[in-house]
Amino acid sequence: MDIFLFLLFAIIAVVAAINVVVQTHPISSAVSLIGVMGSLAVLYLLLGAEFLAAAQVIVYAGAIMVLFVFVIMLLNAGAEAKRGRSLMVQLLGVPLLVALLGLLAYFVQRLFPQGVTVHFGGFTGGTAEAVGRALFTSYVLPFEVTSLLILIAIIGAIVLARKELD
Amino acid sequence: MDAFIVITLIKLALIAFVLLTAVAYLQWVERKVIAHIQVRPGPYRVGPHGLLQPLADVIKLITKEDMMPSYVNKPLYLFAPFIAVAMALLSIAVIPFGPTIEVAGYQTWMQLTDLNIGVLFILAASSMGVYGIALAGWASNNKYALLGGLRSSAQMISYELPLALAVASPLLVSNTLSLRKLVGSQEGGILHWNVIGGGQIVAFLVFVIAAFAETNRVPFDLPEAENELVAGFHTEYSSMKFAAFFMAEYLNMVTVSCMAALLFLGGWDAPWAPEHGSRFVPSIIFVIAGLTALYHGANPPHKLDRYTFTAFGLIFLVLAAIFVAPIVQSWLLPLFWFVAKAGIILFAFIWIRGTLPRFRYDQLMGFAWKFLFPVAMLNLLVTSFLIAWFA
Repeated sequence: MDIFLFLLFAIIAVVAAINVVVQTHPISSAVSLIGVMGSLAVLYLLLGAEFLAAAQVIVYAGAIMVLFVFVIMLLNAGAEAKRGRSLMVQLLGVPLLVALLGLLAYFVQRLFPQGVTVHFGGFTGGTAEAVGRALFTSYVLPFEVTSLLILIAIIGAIVLARKELD
Repeated sequence: MDAFIVITLIKLALIAFVLLTAVAYLQWVERKVIAHIQVRPGPYRVGPHGLLQPLADVIKLITKEDMMPSYVNKPLYLFAPFIAVAMALLSIAVIPFGPTIEVAGYQTWMQLTDLNIGVLFILAASSMGVYGIALAGWASNNKYALLGGLRSSAQMISYELPLALAVASPLLVSNTLSLRKLVGSQEGGILHWNVIGGGQIVAFLVFVIAAFAETNRVPFDLPEAENELVAGFHTEYSSMKFAAFFMAEYLNMVTVSCMAALLFLGGWDAPWAPEHGSRFVPSIIFVIAGLTALYHGANPPHKLDRYTFTAFGLIFLVLAAIFVAPIVQSWLLPLFWFVAKAGIILFAFIWIRGTLPRFRYDQLMGFAWKFLFPVAMLNLLVTSFLIAWFA
């Protein structure tokens, strides 16, 4: 059952990810991206990271992508025109992609030679309590630095918006 | 394992049936209540007092011509109502309706499944629900629908923040994310409920206000404001696809009402202990309702009412008798309290629709960001300080 669900949602994630690039209309790409994030959340859930799965859906699929869709709708962006591919893309595209995937597989093999397989249900540290404890003990510095970074970004956004108003 | 699957399937069928019937009749109740607020009878022709009106509406909606407007974005146009209903139905899966119930020696909870992130699950499902409306508005290729979709996505993002913050403070008080444990932590009467015992009255009010906005109800029904946007995001939808949006709205209302009952009002916990008389409350209510109906049946305002009122009076009296039977009391009483609490909030939804005018768009946004959000934030801060102080 686990492996079936994993394969199903892994395939959906990959197909949707390819669809993000292939679609010509920004809304269709955005919807595909929501599909990617939703299936990633299911994968997290399968691995036992319940809190992360919920946060993934609430934050990425629910909030950030709504903003994306909102902006695309507001700007009324149309479908992009397909242009003929350049000679270089036609010649080098597929070989470069294969080379990249090969390199990736090689480094994964090099870094994790034992190849420890993941067991579904083997990880139990994914509850909200465990994540909260980890965030505020072992990872408190990265956590605070990230919140500072977000604060700076918020202030920056307000400064830029005010400049427009004046 | 097999017994588990069978029981789950039975529960699934039961909950789906009850929920969809409740949604259909919620719409009848809404029309009736608003009609009485506006001093008119409301639906009256189909069945006694229009009781079969929902059935007639369903038949009408199914048999209507399913129009496909030209120049719509077909995949998204068809996908949008589906996602709206699917996300609305999804949240019901984690809502508990009562404590354990024993059927033929097998104990089971009156709930489909209990996640240890149940509250977050509902928030996630509701945050995905906005796509149904936003994409419907965009895919319809209609300026009114687009404006409705735009408004709804802006409104939903804005009101999701105060909603989530308001949900967070009772969670801090109860110290759990599982809806079942949440109710367990509030057991012991009205003084232990989060709204009073936890001091979460502010969070409760913020939650209810934000829930009105999240479900696009009056006074926050900007996405379908009929006197400026025709019908808003569902202008181009007809037949069952329109019914899907309609259903999603009512399902969301049921979900947030159940959420409010679970988070703040102690779920299925009786206001005071059953030994001290709260177990007779449902019977007393039904007896009063039954006697009133019988009285009106004896002095009928219309000819037909002689039979209908008498029949309903007898039904209410039978219900009153069932509620005092000791065998079923253990699970029927909690169910009654839960339905009563959710029902009161649902009634408030309808009541407010009948009394309040709609917000202006800038007022809507200003209210969310300049009032509701700071209040919810402040409440969360005070709550967490107090909990840290006393714990």
